[in-house]
This record gives sequence, structure tokens and C-alpha cells, in this order.
Amino acid sequence: MLKIIRKSSLKSLLDINGPKVGHKSVINHAVNGMRAASVGAIRSMWSESAGRPRVQTPVTTGATDGRTAPPGAPGGDQFEERPQFPGSRSEWTQELRFVDPNSYDGIPVYRVIDKSGETSVHDLQLLDTRLDRDLLIRLYRGMVRLNQMDTILYNAQRQGRISFYITSHGEEATHFGPAAALDFQDLVYGQYREPGVLIWRGFKPDDFVDQCFGNRNDLGKGRQMPIHYGSRALNYMTIKSTLTSQMVHSVGSAYAYKRQQNGRCVLCYFGDGAASEGDAHAALNFAATLDAPVIFYCRNNGFAISTPTHEQYRGDGIAARGPALGIPTVRIDGNDVLANFMATAEARRICLEESRPVLIEAMTYRVSHHSTSDDSTAYRSVDEVRNWTQNDHPIVRLKKLLLKRNWFSEDEEQRYKEEARKEIMAAVVRAEKVMKPSVESMFTDVYEELPDHLRDQYRELCEHVEAYREHYPMGLFDSADSREK
Amino acid sequence: MSAKMFCQKLSPFWVMNRLVAVGHRNLSTTNPLKAQLTVRDALNSAMDEEMERDETVFILGEEVAQYDGAYKVSRGLWKKWGDKRVIDTPITEIGFAGIAVGAAMAGLRPICEFMTFNFAMQAIDHIINSGAKTFYMSAGNVAVPIVFRGPNGAASGVAAQHSQCFGAWYSHCPGLKVVSPYSAEDCRGLMKQAIRDPDPVVFLENELLYGIAFDVSDEVKSKDFVIPLGKAKIERTGDRITLVSHSKSVGTCLDAAKELAAQGVECEVINLRSLRPLDEETIIRSVMKTNHLVTVEGGWPQSGIGAEICARIIESMSSSSSF
Repeated sequence: MLKIIRKSSLKSLLDINGPKVGHKSVINHAVNGMRAASVGAIRSMWSESAGRPRVQTPVTTGATDGRTAPPGAPGGDQFEERPQFPGSRSEWTQELRFVDPNSYDGIPVYRVIDKSGETSVHDLQLLDTRLDRDLLIRLYRGMVRLNQMDTILYNAQRQGRISFYITSHGEEATHFGPAAALDFQDLVYGQYREPGVLIWRGFKPDDFVDQCFGNRNDLGKGRQMPIHYGSRALNYMTIKSTLTSQMVHSVGSAYAYKRQQNGRCVLCYFGDGAASEGDAHAALNFAATLDAPVIFYCRNNGFAISTPTHEQYRGDGIAARGPALGIPTVRIDGNDVLANFMATAEARRICLEESRPVLIEAMTYRVSHHSTSDDSTAYRSVDEVRNWTQNDHPIVRLKKLLLKRNWFSEDEEQRYKEEARKEIMAAVVRAEKVMKPSVESMFTDVYEELPDHLRDQYRELCEHVEAYREHYPMGLFDSADSREK
Repeated sequence: MSAKMFCQKLSPFWVMNRLVAVGHRNLSTTNPLKAQLTVRDALNSAMDEEMERDETVFILGEEVAQYDGAYKVSRGLWKKWGDKRVIDTPITEIGFAGIAVGAAMAGLRPICEFMTFNFAMQAIDHIINSGAKTFYMSAGNVAVPIVFRGPNGAASGVAAQHSQCFGAWYSHCPGLKVVSPYSAEDCRGLMKQAIRDPDPVVFLENELLYGIAFDVSDEVKSKDFVIPLGKAKIERTGDRITLVSHSKSVGTCLDAAKELAAQGVECEVINLRSLRPLDEETIIRSVMKTNHLVTVEGGWPQSGIGAEICARIIESMSSSSSF
């Protein structure tokens, strides 16, 4: 249980112009407590087998002054105080014992709100002064908006209006909690299931939907598959299809920020499946050795397409890999938006004050199919999904908290939900009618001056399309002519 | 793209309708006694039969087992053969490709599936350095009888990172055999031969072809039907111009040939089937007959398959300096 030891004295982190001062909050104690607990857990795995004393090798004649006797010296001790190998942090043991990975509990799961909406601390502002009613309502509404957008755009794909979509049902808290705890300037690398961060930062329904339709308003000019959002203005790196490449990229960016001393950190999302890629290990190890201010955030939702976590790895999840590589680590309840917020806030402080990476593993459940190309009923029961949706959903959990405190009413929320739904639907109807990007735009954005071979290709293309106009739906595409109208 | 296809944002339905049209065209001109076989089923049955014939053959990759494969190419195989022969791997291409090569070196015959060859770029070190080069570097002592397979080239509006054609890259490397089939017949015969082949074979499929049904004879359906690697097939004979292609673009060439035939121009359409070894002889013989050549491919033009073919034509006896 987390105990409040002292009142916190927090500085507002919303002051983005001032120096980035971390807050010494109560959570520090909790985190340290957990750190101690996990270290204790780890220490206990080394000196387990209760009742068997650790063998102490007495230091004998010739070395009582603490000097180590050379091994095998006549009359001298065989062992120095501690092993002297480069980088060693260990003690000696004369007991042959293999660490059994199943012999100790996993790293504990941090949670603030329980399933009934009760919190560990009643006055949330003691945890963090930013956690007032307004923020919680904003978090709730953000999650509802995401939920509505997902449902509508998933159906749009099913109806053939967009080619592809990925929903985030059940994982909404993993987007909004961290997004709210970060600074607007912090760079976010998503994997593909984190549009809530963009919603929090101000990406509009039109922005999302235009990208999915690939029309001429899309920031990416139709060059990406749907859901591959990106926004320079909102400090959200464009989604790429190459799984886990975002992890190594995020370390590079964090390293650049460290060198620039600009007070920004990087948040990098990845999944339990993505963590198996070689890039994941390289990213974690490099972040540690380069002291890069990056928060690695693993959404462990139980599945990688159809592969369940027990086939993806055998260890204690992804969290266990952090300390192994020298990275401060916490495991949280991913369905608890406040746990998400608190962990990310503290992680950010560690990153910037101590210039080191942090690993957060958020345990959650993927209510969605992997994508619109997947039907998860092929490999898991509908009952299991229903069970999670009804009994442990992030939106429901926060709602219970808000209702318990009378911070909003059910009616208000129904109206808000309807409003959000209508807004997205309107965006879909609008986006569908917007023209596709122009043919010329295929040749832009790379070269200052178009090289000869591309100029030739463009000319041939225009001639071809002109000659066979009846075969190409040019009316759907933007052009210089249509813009003049 | 060298095939000069206009890249509009195609809806999957539009593309599928076009491809079904191609399939129907095949139907109308063929023997009604012939059976139909989709490319997917051709690959599936080939792997199944080879797994029966040789117990060292096994499949590994992401989602290949209970999920039946991301594109359902390994459908039913896990159910039939179980965990020992069809293995789901964690998500790490370099990991499982390396493991597969190691298994091949130790005497098994893995079929290593990449969800697409775009992701195989993560594993290319093992394909080339561990796979292609080992037989030579071990002075013939260590063979690597492995098949790397998966969809290659453009699919339907899946953007740049999912659409590259790797034919040119892999066919560049000695030590590899590279195959790029078009029809169901190609897939069956070449897959069976690739699995039986003692060397690493890169088997480049195409996602858009998986669902297409082709007519196949009884011979194709027999358990010992194999097509030798390194031999092209003349899909259509002609005397005015040679069209050379591989994979999906063969279909484009056949469509073009049909249209041109109506205008009295007979095209000779060559389906390369293999990119390495490249069947130079068939191409040259055809060019000497027609004196005109168009190469059609889904890969990028620079340093591409077409570029290699042109170079070989120029260096061969089909290119005469005395005219």
C-alpha cells in the first residue's frame, strides 16, 4: 500500500518557458518503495532457499587489514572481499545455485484507482497538483472521443469507405494518462495504437479522418496507409509500418535532445510483440549506455495479432528486461488512467533530472481485433473479450470515480458522447467528398528542383492520362484546374 | 514503376474486380476438363505434400500456425502436422531467420515465412551472409537447404514500406536461387522444387495473386510435379515483339498481348519464373526471332531485372554489330 509521508511541494510543470524543475512528490516515496520492493524481490532471488545461510568465507591471516591476499597465497584467503571483474557489482558465493526465473514474483503492478472507482488517496492533488476535476473530466472525455472515433472509422472500413483501420478499444488510458503528464514539447513516437495522444494534443476529427481517406487535406498527402498519423506541430512523429523501428529512433532523438540540453524528453510506445524484435534490445541497451532521456512505454495487451504473450516470451513480461539493462522500471495497471499519469510524470522527472531512460510496462487487454485485417474470434473467445470490456475497462473505471465524486452526471456524459459521435460522423461525410491529392503532388516534397528523370516521368504520366482520360477517375483528384473553380 | 501503371489510390474492391476479370478471361479460352487451382492452394498443397514426403521439412514464421498464416497460405497445416512441423515465432525476423538457417545447417529443411519481404530486410543479414555464402565459404561442407518465402512487391494501397519488390536485390547475390512465380502451376512446381533444392531459395510470391484461380492440368496436381529452377516459360508465342516479365506483371503482359493480337500484332510473352539463375537462353532466342523487347516488372527501374536483361542482350550474340 502506498502511504503519504509528507505533503508535497509541487511546482507547476505547465510553465514551459521556465527551467524544467522536477517535482518532489509523494510518488517518489512510492516509487522508491516499489523500487526497493522490486530490488528486494531481485535480491531475494539470489539469496533464496530460506534457512540456508550464505557461506561466509572468513578472511584469514595476512588480510585482516582489508587488503586482499593473492589467490592461493600460502596461508592467505582464496577470495578477495568482492569480485574484481570489470563492472562487477556482485558478491562471491560458494553455493552453486541457478536463478530460477519462476521462483519469484513478478515486478508488482502499480495502481491508483481500483475497479470500483476508489482511489488509494482521496485527495488526488496530494499525488499531483494537476489532478483536479477539470483534468479528470478532460481525460474522460478524451477517452470517450477516441472510443467513438474508433467505432465509426472501424465501421467505415467495413463499409469499404477507407481501406484499413486500427482501433484502441480497452487501451484508451494508455494514451491519455501519459499524454497529460508530458509536456507539449516532448516528442512522442507511437507504434500504431496510440491516437489518443494526438487527440489530447489537439488533432481534430478532420485531421484524423482526412488522413484515413488520404484526401488532399491529409498532412501526409495520401502517401501513407490509414492511421499512419503524424504532426510536426503537435510533436508526434509520423507512424511507420516497420515494427519497433520507433524504439531505436526514439533513442536517437532523445540523445539529440540531451546534447541540445533543451529540457525535452521522448516518449516511445511499443507493444508486447514488438518487444521481441532485435531493435527493442538495441534501443533499451543504447538508451542506458547513452544516458538518453527517453521513456519507453510498453503496452502489454496480451496479444500480437494472434500470438498470446505466453508464446511471445517466457520471462516476467517486458518490465523484467529494464533492470537487466540498467533502466529504472515500473509496471502499472494500464487500464488506470491515473496510474498512467503518475508513472509518466515521475518517469519524465527521472529522465530530465537524472538523464537516463525509464521503462514503463502497462498491463492491459486488447479488446480490439489486431486491425481490420484480423478477426480475433479465430483465436480467442468472445466471452473473454466481453469479460474484459465489462469488468475492467479504462473508461468505465474513470467514470466510476467521477460519478462517486459527483464530478459529472450521467446525462451530461451521454450528451457529450452524442456530440463527439456526431462530430466524427460529420468529419467522415465531409472527408469522403474532398478530392484526392493532385497528380502533381506525387512529385513534390523531396527535391528542390525536380531532376530530369522525374520531370520526364511526370510529362509521360500527364500525356498518358490525357490520352486515356476515360479510364482514369480524374474527377476525384485535385488539380490546378479544379482549384481555380 | 517500369510497368508504367498509374498509381492511383486504389480501393481493394476495384483491384479485386480487375483481377477476377483476368481470371475469367483465362476461363473462357481453356479446356473445360481442366481443374481450377488458386495460387494460395497451389502453395499450400505443395508445402503439405513436401512435408509428407520428407519429415525434415517444417514451416516457421509469424502467425503461421493456428492463425493459418497472415495470408492464409499455411491454412490447415498446423492442424494437420502440429507444433513440431509448423512453428509460430515471436516477432523478430532476424531472430527466426537466423534460427531457420541454423536448423538448415544442422540437417532440417525449413520453410521460413516472412509476412512480407519488406520485413525480411530485418533478416537480410541471415539470408545473404548466413544463407547464401555459407556453402562456398565452408568449402562445400555446410549446406543450407532453406526456403525463404512470402509476399513481395506491390499490394493494394499499402504505401511505400509495404510495397517494395526485392527481385533485383536477391537476384544480385551468388549463392542464392531466386524464384518469382506467376501462376498456380508455377507456384506448385517451383515450391516443390525449391523445398527439394539443397540450396537457399528466395521464393517471391505476390499477395494480389493468392486468390486468383488458374486452370491446371492433372500433371500439375500430381505429387511429383516439379518445375526446374532457372528455366523460363513461354506463356504465349509470337513473332513481332518479346515481352519478358515475372510474377504479377506476367498477367499484365498477357493482357497486353491479347489486346495487341486483336490489332494483328503477335507478342511472345516470357514468364521468367526464376530470377536467379536467369534463363538468358530463352530470352535471347526469342529476341533473335522478334528483334523487339520490352521488359516489364514491378520493381524500380534502376539496377532492376529489366536492366540486367538489357545488359545481357547487349553482351550476347543476339546483339550484332554488323548491320
